[in-house]
Formats: sequence, C-alpha cells, structure tokens
Amino acid sequence: MRASGMPATRRRAVIAAGVVAALAIGAAGCAESDRDSGGGDKAASGGTFIFAGAGDPKNFDPIFNDDGESFRPIRQMYDTLITHKPGTAELEGGLAESWTNDPTGKVWTFKLRQGVKFHDGTALDAAAVCANFDRWYTMKGEAAQSQMIYYTDIFGGFAGSPDALYDNCKAQDASTAVVTMKKYKGAFPGAFTLTAFSIASPAAMKQYNADTVTQNGDSFSYSAFANEHPTGTGAFTYGGWNKATGEITLNKNPDYWGDKAKVDKTIIKIIKDENTRKQELRAGTVQAIDFPAPADRKALADEGYQVLDRPAFNILYLGINQKNPKLKDLRVRQAIAYALNRAQLVQTKGPGGSAVADEFLPSTVSGYAPDVQKYEYNVDKAKQLLADAGATGLTLNFYYPTEVSRPYMPNPQEIFTVLANDLQAAGIKVNGVPRPWNGGFKDDVQQFGKQDLHILGWTGDYNDPGNFVGTFFGRSKVEFGDESMTEMFTAIGKADATVDQAAKKSAFEQVNRDLAAKWLPAVPIWHAPPAIVTTKGVEGLVPSPLTAEEFNTVSLTK
Amino acid sequence: MVRVILRRLIQLAVTLIVLMTLVFFWLRSLPGGPVDALLGERATPQTRELLTRALGYDQPIWVQYGRFLENVVTGNFGNSIRTGEPVMDVISRSFPATIELALAAIIIAVGLGIPLGYLAARHRGRVLDNATIIVTLIGISIPIFFLGYLLKDWLTQSVHLFPPSGRISTGLGNTDVTGFFVLDGLLTRELDASADALWHLVLPAFTLATIPLAIIIRITRASVLDVLDEDYIRTADAKGLRGPTIRRRHVLRNALLPVVTTIGLQTGALLAGAVLTEKVYNWGGLGTLITDSIGGSRDYPVLQALILLAAVVFIVVNLLVDLSYAIIDPRVRVK
Repeated sequence: MRASGMPATRRRAVIAAGVVAALAIGAAGCAESDRDSGGGDKAASGGTFIFAGAGDPKNFDPIFNDDGESFRPIRQMYDTLITHKPGTAELEGGLAESWTNDPTGKVWTFKLRQGVKFHDGTALDAAAVCANFDRWYTMKGEAAQSQMIYYTDIFGGFAGSPDALYDNCKAQDASTAVVTMKKYKGAFPGAFTLTAFSIASPAAMKQYNADTVTQNGDSFSYSAFANEHPTGTGAFTYGGWNKATGEITLNKNPDYWGDKAKVDKTIIKIIKDENTRKQELRAGTVQAIDFPAPADRKALADEGYQVLDRPAFNILYLGINQKNPKLKDLRVRQAIAYALNRAQLVQTKGPGGSAVADEFLPSTVSGYAPDVQKYEYNVDKAKQLLADAGATGLTLNFYYPTEVSRPYMPNPQEIFTVLANDLQAAGIKVNGVPRPWNGGFKDDVQQFGKQDLHILGWTGDYNDPGNFVGTFFGRSKVEFGDESMTEMFTAIGKADATVDQAAKKSAFEQVNRDLAAKWLPAVPIWHAPPAIVTTKGVEGLVPSPLTAEEFNTVSLTK
Repeated sequence: MVRVILRRLIQLAVTLIVLMTLVFFWLRSLPGGPVDALLGERATPQTRELLTRALGYDQPIWVQYGRFLENVVTGNFGNSIRTGEPVMDVISRSFPATIELALAAIIIAVGLGIPLGYLAARHRGRVLDNATIIVTLIGISIPIFFLGYLLKDWLTQSVHLFPPSGRISTGLGNTDVTGFFVLDGLLTRELDASADALWHLVLPAFTLATIPLAIIIRITRASVLDVLDEDYIRTADAKGLRGPTIRRRHVLRNALLPVVTTIGLQTGALLAGAVLTEKVYNWGGLGTLITDSIGGSRDYPVLQALILLAAVVFIVVNLLVDLSYAIIDPRVRVK
C-alpha cells in the first residue's frame, strides 16, 4: 500500500472523485434536452404574460371543477354558450351568437357562431353542444357525479333522478341547438355563463376517456382528457402543467374565433403565499398577481403598479340564528343591525373599492331595490330596541372562522373584533368563538347551528338575484335557524319561478325590501371586490366582477 | 455489523406499523375533513352525501382502517384527494426539491461549520473565537421563518440580488430529468438552467442551514478543544510528528465523532426546518406538500404517506450515522 506513495484515505478520495466525474460525464450523454430549438421565446413579438395565481387547479375538465384557481386556466382554453361583456356582469353572446327562451321558460334555443373550431380541429356545431349537455346528464358513477358540484346545484340531478331539470337537447340544424328543460328555472340564462358549463370537444373527450373518473382507495383520479388533453375553443391552447415548478403554460390559439391573443404565451405561475406573490411582482418575475392583501394595496399603487379593482360581486353578512328565542324577535335583530358601524368597518378594514352593503346582492344584479330600509349606525336606537324587546343584558355566541381568507373576507379575525366591539357598545355581551375554517367552522355553523351570530359570505357565480338571495334564504337552513320563515321561502321561490324577466325583477325587488324590513335573517355588511395588481407594462387586462378575466386582450409594452 | 442492520430494519418495521395506525386515527379525529374541503360553499347536501359515500367515509372506521392496511401492504397509497394523482407521483415529484434543498443546506453547514469550529478552537479565547460564539448563538436562536423573510426582504426586494421564490425562473423551460434541477441542467447541458437553479437555491439553503451550521460550529469547537487536551496529542507532538499530520490524523479524526452524531440528529431538524423554509420561498417540495395537505384540503392519503416517509428517512439517516461511527472509529468496529 505504502509503496504507491499515496496515503490510503487520500487515494480513496481520488477514486471516488473520479467515479463521480465519470458518472456525470457518462450521464450527460444520455439525457436529452426537450427545449425547442427555434430560439428563445423572448425574441418573439407577443412575448409571455406571467400571471401569479394563488393555488393549484384540480384538473382541466370544466364540469368537474368548482373553484376559481381551476377556472382561471380553464377559461382561457374554453368558451361558454353565453358570456359577459368584458368588465361587467351583463350577458353577451359567447359560442352562441344569440339565444331565445320560449314563453314557458323551458325551451332554450341557441344560434351558434359559424366556423368555430375546437383545438383539435373538429367543428363546434349544434351536435357538439348537445353532446356536452347529454354527457353531463348521463354521467355515470358516484365518483364522477360527486365532482359535478355546479351541475348538481343548477340542474338538480342526473338521468333517472326525479329532480333532474334537463330533458333533452336537439340539433335543429348545424348551427341551432335547442335545449329543453323539464321545468322553468330562474337561474337561466345566467347559469349558462358558468365556466363549469364550458363546451368541450366531443371527439377529444371520447378519445381521452373524459368520463372515466376512477376510484383508488378513498380518492379519485381523472382522465387523460382532464389532465393532459383539455380541448376547447378558447383563445389559448393547453401547453402543459409543470407541477415541479408550478407553471401552467397556455399557448396562443392562432385560429381563435374571437379577438386573437396578443401575447404568444401565458404562464400561470402558482404562488400560494400572498406575500411571496407581491415580492415576485416587485422583483419583476411575474407581471400580474391576484388577491393582494388589502394592506398592500396602497403601497403597490404608490410604487407605480396598476391596481385593478374588480367591480363588486360578493357579499359579507352577519348571520343571525333564530334558534335562540331572543333572536326570533325582529326588534333584537334590528338592534344588532343598528349597533354596527359598518361605514367605519369598511373604511378601516375593507379592501379598496369596498362599500357598505344594504342588501344581499350587488347593485349590478337585476332585482336590487334602490329603496330598502337602511340601518344607519345608531347605538341609542339599538339600546332602545333591545329594551323594548326585553333583551337587555343579552349574551351571544359569535362564531368566526380562522385559518382562512376569502375574497369577501380577507381578515375574519379583525372583522370579528370590530363587529364584536360595536355590539358590546350597544350592551350586547359577545362571546367570541374562533373555529378553523375547515376544522369546525363550517360544520358548527352550517350543519349544527351552534352559533347565535356568525360571519360568512359569498361570491356570485352569475348575474341572477336567485344566485345571491335564493342561495342564502330560499330554503330552510340551520345557518339561520329559520325553519318557520315560510313566508320568506315562498316569496323567494315565487320570484325565482317567474318567467317574465320584468316581473321577476320587481318580485325580487320586493323580496329585498322585505328582507331588510320584515325578515332580517342576517345583516349585510359589505361588498369587497378583490383586486388584481399588474406591472406598468401590462395593458388590456380587464378585471371582471365574476373574477372571469380573459387573457386574450392582454398585451405587453415595455 | 449485519446484525446491527437487521435489528434496525426490524425496529423500522415495528415503528412504521405503530406510526401508521396512530396517523390513521389521529387524522380522522381532526374536525373537518376532505369532503368539506373538496366541496366548498356551493355543495348541496345531496352532493355532500354522494361524495361521502363515494370516498367511503360512510363506512365504519374499522372498515376504513382495514381497507387502508390492505392498500398499504400492497404498496398502494391511493390517490391525492385534491388532485386525483397517485400519491407516489405527488411525493416523488416533491421529493427531489426537498432533497436538493436539504443537501445544499448540509453542504453549507458541514463545509463551513467544521472548518470554522476548528479555527475557533485553534484561536481559543481570541477575537475570532469570541465572535464565533456570539454569531453562532444568534444563529441558533433566530427563527427560520423570520430569517427567511428578512433575507428575502433585503436581498430580493431592496436589492434584486436573488429571486424571491421558486426553484427556477418562470418560463425558462428547463428539461426535467431527475427532478434535481441543478443536476438536470448539467445532464442536458442546459447550463443556464443549472446556474439559474443554483441561484434560486442560495437563499433557501442558507436559511435552512443557519441552525445546523451554528450547532456544528459549536460542537466542532468544543470537541476539538477536548481532543487538544488529550495526552495522545501531547505524545504525538513529543515524538516529533509534523503539525498538519497531528491535526489531520489525531485531532480532527477524534473530534469528528460527536460532530457526525450531531449531523445525524440535525437531519430531523432539517426536515422540520424545510417545511418553514419551503413555505417562505414557495419551494414546492415535501414541506410545501405537508402544509397544503393539512391546511386546506385534509388530503389524508398524501399526509399518511408523507408521515411514513419522514419516519423512514429519519430512521435510515440514524442508521447511516451509526454505521459511519464504524468507519471513523475503529473501536466501534471491534465491538
């Protein structure tokens, strides 16, 4: 050993280093680069728009999704029959140029746009539209059905279910699809704009087994269509989801029927931490971020970023549980409403662009009544009403969620503190009960009704008063403990079932007046639109009240 | 040696079985659950019922447990509730990210820690030594979360020296071969991707390395001081061995034993630290996966597999540490 003139340990080290080097060189020969050889995308004219999203999508089959982070990419790749005018909640033609409803309200006739092609080259025609409607209705298996949350909500059920709303869809000619329902439902036509009801290519769905949702242990897996081959008609085509880096790539669809995308590529970069999204924006590594913290809004605007407020389409309310006999008395509920200084809450804790809510729906939705009873902040009146009702010294359990931030409720803990202080000032003792969002809050409030008061809210899905008022108060819910408010349920049910749009509007206006003056099952707090922040170089991004931004209008200057 | 390994493997199996059972029941005793997490605000009671049945949560807990055991034994960890991908795919995608980060942190901690500790001991009582003691004390006591945000704010916001988050620049289009981005870049000759990944690695690795680094410096220093006082060092000196030889063959080798133990023990801390570091830097490894799976979605299958994996890693590392004693210290081998 010694004869070699090198100590054993050192020799071992040299051999090891040699082996590592040899391995690296050897391996270098085996791995191929996947990169395009056609030069970098930086040189291309349109460039790449990088948008920071806040969470992982579930998959890209519209019908199996129900959350905003999944819908964000889906919206770029698919279209719906009816859509919204950019930046508003007003309906406008999508894949359907126009639509009509017969006098019974049950038959919807869609005139389809001509010459529209899916990404796989097949034509969008009436047969394709009907194939989508039929697919949803005849979906087999509990696994698949349980993931169709919007479908169950709007269409009531599946083939064979007595609650199912859908009857049939007929292709009258290539560009006319006629959808017939078993009965009228007020949610339409608004609900046709739901991203979950985007129209997908029947050929691609067949080829990639879209309906196969298989169960493995206590979970599901989705088809190749949902994961690798989403095929719609949208302004962008699917370019892959790199899960290791959290990047979803969307490529410009050169054959898009509408305004073709101005950028060549959009990347949705998933950054779950709100603070990190902001830092990436400042570092210039992303060009737009969603859901900035309300507190950062001003600073970012001052630094020269564009803060784009979405028009409000949500509501935060203080729910009142009438299981507590004291709260059955309207005067006590009114006292609670008077005790709250909502104007101040909006000023101190509200995201930019937020406003005090007098009704449970934003003013842009049809059925909003301009003349409801308002509860201006008035402590004396609150105390007086409590005394009249014999409810002085009232103690209430106030449930609020933790470990969560919703667009309508960025900071539940702080909102609770302010509201609780207001109530205390009016002589109501508040016993605050914090519960984790998915760890007790929703169960306790919505299934067991343990609370007297709670805060919760909603972001609208489509432009229809039923989607707001009907969701909260259209049926008996433990959340409000209001089984006996049958008058309210009937009134909302009737309004919702009115076919004539003008009559429906006035019926809902009356509902909103009665909700404020007569029923008051909850106190509306605020409308708080979430913002998008972009760098200066981003132009043409139109914030949507429904958080349904489409990126084909975006261009990059710089 | 073989017996030691065998015994450890048996211990490993028993630990895993007990842990698995605990985790299964512990997860299910938490309020809330995947059904709520999956459905959100829009679910009707119908959908809720449908999903509960489809996921099998309407079955008695013992039936669920039996099904779980059966799956684990057959190596089937199920699919992620949230994404529907096989759990093994989810984990094997996140694993390289965490290993890359942890390896970089260990390299920094060991590569700097041992020389610095040694130097401090050699300069005992002088400025360098005192400074080291103070700095390491700060290093041990500063919370990772805080340090991470601080470094990020200084070096990515005030000065754009490093990227604020992620493992590689968005839109770089690197080729994914092994999932270790630095290595992948070398393998595919996309050297810019390697450099970019390294550049992203600097801050997180330093953040994660601080605590182990500080501990290794202190242990090395103390251990070297002990050895320097030993009789055999004096003997070696007296018999005329050259300084570098004494230091390498006698001082360092003997002083390393406690240091190696410490490195092993720090692996556990490193895993815990990775959760925080990954959160701060949006790293996308196992730490991110753990927070995602508990917080939002109660993704039972992923959580179960992750906890088992953490236990396996921990036990294996400790086994390796024990084996390395045998290499460093001939006395252990004889026993």
